[in-house]
Amino acid sequence: MTWGLEDASVRFGSRTALDHLTLPVEPSTVSIVVGGDGAGKSTLLRALVGLVRLSSGAARRPQKQEIGYIPATAGLYIDLTVDENVAFSAGAYGVRGPDLARRSTELLERIGLSDARTRLGGQLSGGMQRKLAVGMALLHRPAMLVLDEPTTGVDPVSRAELWRLISGAAAEGSAVVVATTYVDEARRASTVVLLEQGRSIAVGSPSDIIAAVPGKLGVVESSEQPQGLSWRWGKTWRVWAPSLELPPGAESLQPNFEDAVMIAALSDERKI
Amino acid sequence: MMIALAETRNVTMRFGSFTAVDSVDLSVDVGEVVGLLGANGAGKTTVIRLLLGLVRPSQGEVSLFGAPPSMATRRRIGYVPQTLGLYDDLTVQENWTFTASAFDSTRIALPPSISDARDRLVGTLPLGLQRRVAFAVAFSHEPELLVLDEPTSGVGPLSRARLWQDIRDSAEHGTGVLVTTHNMEEAEQCDRLAVMAGGHVVAEGTVAEVIGDRHVVEARCDSWQDAFSVLDAEGLIVQVQGDVLRVPASPQHVEEVLTRHHLRADVATVPANLEEAFVSIVSAGALR
Repeated sequence: MTWGLEDASVRFGSRTALDHLTLPVEPSTVSIVVGGDGAGKSTLLRALVGLVRLSSGAARRPQKQEIGYIPATAGLYIDLTVDENVAFSAGAYGVRGPDLARRSTELLERIGLSDARTRLGGQLSGGMQRKLAVGMALLHRPAMLVLDEPTTGVDPVSRAELWRLISGAAAEGSAVVVATTYVDEARRASTVVLLEQGRSIAVGSPSDIIAAVPGKLGVVESSEQPQGLSWRWGKTWRVWAPSLELPPGAESLQPNFEDAVMIAALSDERKI
Repeated sequence: MMIALAETRNVTMRFGSFTAVDSVDLSVDVGEVVGLLGANGAGKTTVIRLLLGLVRPSQGEVSLFGAPPSMATRRRIGYVPQTLGLYDDLTVQENWTFTASAFDSTRIALPPSISDARDRLVGTLPLGLQRRVAFAVAFSHEPELLVLDEPTSGVGPLSRARLWQDIRDSAEHGTGVLVTTHNMEEAEQCDRLAVMAGGHVVAEGTVAEVIGDRHVVEARCDSWQDAFSVLDAEGLIVQVQGDVLRVPASPQHVEEVLTRHHLRADVATVPANLEEAFVSIVSAGALR
């Protein structure tokens, strides 16, 4: 693998925040880390960019100045203007001269902020702030771009525009790693890692993860919970039989990505 | 005729010269889970505040359980904000007791789903469990209408499934549920959706009805990166799924652009998903 984590663990005192995790990160691809709050997503990203020391295992990453990283809570200064934010980021990453002028014009145009260069960061909408933060992290064309929950709380229109920037960075050659709590967003990845309590409970392309679902999945149209391992989907139930036959009344169904994620989580919880 | 649990009839809400909500008709019936979607600033929060009786409409009528909103109707509603509305520095039991006394509820015992955490401070619990506590507290006075803001935001798949099970159980006992969300997975679990843009309801119906006959073009090529770059440069909003591109455009347009750049691709027209339909509806709605 070019970049990534290999059998990486991070322990804080007696707590294991990341547990023997392997994630290859390749140029020109998007890898997505999915999990709930507290699953270890931020620790994984921080370990990858070198902000957290590994207790064991290895991390491969490009030189510091070739990484673009945005933590979940930050990414820009609300009391600086758009231009000042860009200038600060450019200074930090050593982008200067004609290259800076060309690159910042190009990115601000792409983000839709060309006419707002003198506005304060804090005056921009939430979605626009995220786009500016991602744009600033892209200024120096990082070899590895690492984004912690860039789309949380962002509406779907802004989300589509953010993904346009993120996919564009991968198309230009960056190795991109994104953390999210939205399972449906993981379908955008070439590699997904599903995290639960610091452990990887599924890893691979979305179609690999679907193909790896063992047993049978069924749907039951009833308000009563069917026998076996089941969960609600709208008014119906999904029922999963890891090895046995589906319960009576269940109609067989091809699992989609959300089903595969649920089954991975159930298998992990029940030690199946 | 059955009376809706909550209803706005031709409701308009102005703040000064700004119209936040414009001629909105919306209803939540018994046992129904309704999803309220919209971009930020579309007017969702104002609609919720109108339904809760926190603001009065400039025009039109709001009715809760067949009457104008009041303290009496407020008692029959359970509300879980995105920030959960719990006290972090009180225990689970103390939060429960506080809410029970505020609502004059006679239910003293904690439900089994959260009783193990009885004596723990809410602020120290994992988020999935905090959400379960917030749900249990909001459900404690057996509300007839539940209003939930991004109910499963930030939780893992198992906690999400359990929370939706709680929501469905309530609906099956007759509670009406109004869910506001940006999360398409949540939206797909609802019985009916209302999509807002610029203060209007611009689309309404089941997930399938909202998607309608919208389509996108799927393009598979040797290098998605090259294809993305040329389509993006044409100003198309291309979404990448693995190594497949999804483009809201005609197949002829996509093929023409790719051919012009000597890129070969398999191009097919496929039904849009809810997120793609949403973006298309809201973008069109903003233009009117």
